[in-house]
Amino acid sequence: MAIEIEQPRVGLSKIAVSKTHGEDSPYFAGWKAYDENPYDEFRNPSGVIQMGLAENQVSFDILEEYLEQHAEEASWGKKASGFRENALFQDYHGLQSFRKAMASFMEQIREGRAKFNPDRVVLTAGATAANELLTFILADPGDALLVPTPYYPGFDRDLRWRTGVNIVPIHCDSSNNFQVTPQALEAAYKNAESLNIKVRGVLITNPSNPLGATIHRSTLEQILDFVTIKNIHLVSDEIYSGSVFSPTEFTSVAEILESRSYKDCERVHIVYSLSKDLGLPGFRVGTIYSYNDRVVTTARRMSSFTLISSQTQQLLGSMLSDEKFTGNYITKNRERLRNRYEKMVGGLRNAGVECLEGNAGLFCWVNLSPLLENQTRESELAVWEAILHRVKLNISPGSSCHCSEPGWFRVCFANMSEKTLEVALKRIQSFMEERKITSG
Amino acid sequence: MTQTSPLRDPEDETRRPVSPTGGRTGMRLIVPLQGVVQGRGGLILGSLIPCALFYFLQFYLKRHRSPPPPASPSSSNLPELARTSSRSNLTSRGSMGQARVSSRASSIAKPNDSPYYIGLDRASEDAYDELENPNGVIQLGLSENRLSLDLIEQWLSRNLNGSILGGGGGGFEYEWNRDAMAGFMSQIMGRAVSLNPSQLVLTSGATPAIEILCFCLAADPGHAFLIPTPYYPGFDRDVRWRTGVELIPVHCRSSDNFTLSITALDQAYNQVRKRGQKVRGLLLSNPSNPVGSILTRETLYNLLDFARDKNIHIISDEIFAGSIYGSEEFVSMAEILDSEDVDRNRVHIVYGLSKDLSLPGFRVGAIYSWNEHVLTASKQLTRFCSISAPTQRLLIPMLSDTRFTQEYIETNRKRIQSMYDLFVAGLEQLGIKCVKSSGGLYCWADMRELIRPYNEKGELDLWDKLLNIAKINVTPGSACHCIEPGWFRCCFTTLSKKDIPLVIERIRKVVETCNLPLKMPTSGGFQS
Repeated sequence: MAIEIEQPRVGLSKIAVSKTHGEDSPYFAGWKAYDENPYDEFRNPSGVIQMGLAENQVSFDILEEYLEQHAEEASWGKKASGFRENALFQDYHGLQSFRKAMASFMEQIREGRAKFNPDRVVLTAGATAANELLTFILADPGDALLVPTPYYPGFDRDLRWRTGVNIVPIHCDSSNNFQVTPQALEAAYKNAESLNIKVRGVLITNPSNPLGATIHRSTLEQILDFVTIKNIHLVSDEIYSGSVFSPTEFTSVAEILESRSYKDCERVHIVYSLSKDLGLPGFRVGTIYSYNDRVVTTARRMSSFTLISSQTQQLLGSMLSDEKFTGNYITKNRERLRNRYEKMVGGLRNAGVECLEGNAGLFCWVNLSPLLENQTRESELAVWEAILHRVKLNISPGSSCHCSEPGWFRVCFANMSEKTLEVALKRIQSFMEERKITSG
Repeated sequence: MTQTSPLRDPEDETRRPVSPTGGRTGMRLIVPLQGVVQGRGGLILGSLIPCALFYFLQFYLKRHRSPPPPASPSSSNLPELARTSSRSNLTSRGSMGQARVSSRASSIAKPNDSPYYIGLDRASEDAYDELENPNGVIQLGLSENRLSLDLIEQWLSRNLNGSILGGGGGGFEYEWNRDAMAGFMSQIMGRAVSLNPSQLVLTSGATPAIEILCFCLAADPGHAFLIPTPYYPGFDRDVRWRTGVELIPVHCRSSDNFTLSITALDQAYNQVRKRGQKVRGLLLSNPSNPVGSILTRETLYNLLDFARDKNIHIISDEIFAGSIYGSEEFVSMAEILDSEDVDRNRVHIVYGLSKDLSLPGFRVGAIYSWNEHVLTASKQLTRFCSISAPTQRLLIPMLSDTRFTQEYIETNRKRIQSMYDLFVAGLEQLGIKCVKSSGGLYCWADMRELIRPYNEKGELDLWDKLLNIAKINVTPGSACHCIEPGWFRCCFTTLSKKDIPLVIERIRKVVETCNLPLKMPTSGGFQS
């Protein structure tokens, strides 16, 4: 008791005070600058344009129109008991109709090349929760997941914070367009071994964030072979699968399993969400699709901490089951994203800036290494700061994505109007012209 | 992280009184191993020790044999799961071996053996319906309130307009309007309370709220919370599953009407410290679940003193704060802290709309804290459990309509009161008395005279009869870690008035089959 008296402050856990949530990284510093001085076409035309937020606002009007026309089904319909049943429904299995709708939507995105069983769909309040849940299930504290770099900065928090699990990077570089190689996989695995850390799985994002590109089929086969040999799990976060500009260019791990007659599929788990493809991040709709019965059972029970509002399930269920609507939406969304991408890449090229060739997602992976004084992280951050404070664009530096090559940046193009994108591109053009003049 | 089965709790040797028909002494030999399997060490030790003994013996006998590999938690020692009738496309198993799941997951995946969950499952599989399934199971095991949903339905039909999408898909990073929730909670907790919206963190239900607090307050190995018994069975899962925090029961007894004594708290605290464990806080439900009592102002002050003295936290789960009836006044921790100049950093309140507003499906919960660090960390942690945007859009106007909420709160209380009166009177006709409760959606029924033998087994036999013969699902006290056998929680707010006579009739049938006249032990007869 004497110890307690010396510390009048009441104790908190390491989790509460740790920095694992990464609040200090540029990812969040950029946010702050934007919050303090946000761009607005009329009221603040010289403000910071947010290009660090991977949100999809290009197809929102399509959703809005549908929901307005189908307001009755979207709410509780004419059935008197509709509201009551829905309000009381807290079963972690989720609404059967909603699970079916999610499964069928995922099938449509893959153009029927893979089938999804609604009974294997586990619902979570967002993909963030899905990834964390899978990490809790597949790994113990101190274990590791292998994740290819560059990766989504949020993983540092989502996969590690409460779980106590480590991320060991699989290093990728521009020599082969940042694709994962068997050598890189093996090196990462050996790295973990040398640190005495048990590897429990590989987690990939396909299409990739921040690269904005799909993973080649052959690479997926190699990754699947690797996890099979090592007897570990594979988590494929396919949250951007509906945002591939051309559907034939996307291969889901589900298709590979199908082609292998689902042999040894119990180590594979897919994460999906409606936040990106449907532009509904606030709705908190995510799912884990697992081919492993035990993982499905466990994840279902654990989802008690992160259930999707029954109202939201009801609201979206009928819309997602309307295959004519979803088919049309998916096609239009792809088109509009492709147009944005091409506008972006074209504008950047005019400014003399190159990007990685992308075919998916809500962002470009841009090469600004010519601007760096030295090929170091510090120089990269200096350029990032210059762009943030002088050009007034918030973009994400590759170092916050753990990219091993300095000079790359993720630039989002779908979270703003076309006009705003044009303004941003003009600013980049002026900035690059200035540099040409000053550097002679 | 095993869910402690109510049938085995070797940690607490004094838990069960020795029954006249024995039954406990026979278990003593098994207890040490069971303690290892069920308590700390879990599956690893539970399989390692017998394996190690076996292999050691073999090694001794055949000295040239090389040492066996250590038993891994992924070995076949784990119980096989009942396979779901899998319409999946699995054809053959891989030949390379099965990728394991974590130790945390292994224990969670085990079939639920608590009567609390078994009963809930049975009641939903064979649910009573007046017309469709008149012989189905009547659910009295789920603390749900169906008495006042009509009021909400009416409000919605009068006020629901405007696009549910409002101003966009809304990112969860956005600052949602917490004023409405703070205002509603203030109303619920009594006019003396005025909650500050900036001290509120919104979560998808009270379940993640509790877990977040545990992660913030006590997630380092060896940390524990004291909790008065009997308590809500869900805490075993919510508090322990992923955080690693332990729950230390502080037993309350019928002789004091199940009130919490500071002496008992003190004793429990010291016992834990002697074992070298850290107590990080106290977890309370007020109104309590399953007993339904309200903590007095004096008790709250005493608890604050205790917490200050030991330098620990208090989590006050006030999820039933709006579901009170009777003449007692509900006092929230918020009220005490508002008035006193106490160290506020150690108190955290949990709330949610599942009980008072009957909206469990909508997943709306909250943490209210005075501790800046906890608020900051909790806000970050809500990325794993945020409230869905359309649900916020739906509820904010309703919660802000203070005339409606005031009317709702009053009407709801009256309806709960009248159901309580009817139900308790009905039980009394059968000779079953209930603790006089003032809050919650249930009553705490004394069926000690009806169980044979007078121990946990007898209690579970009665529970079984009630479930399978009377077709009534109630929650046995052992599932709530009650130290006295024979108590049952009966939720009455899922019923309508006309169901009550039917329920009482069904219970009567079972009561009549119990051998009554044996005298019930007095409190002096309990061991400890």
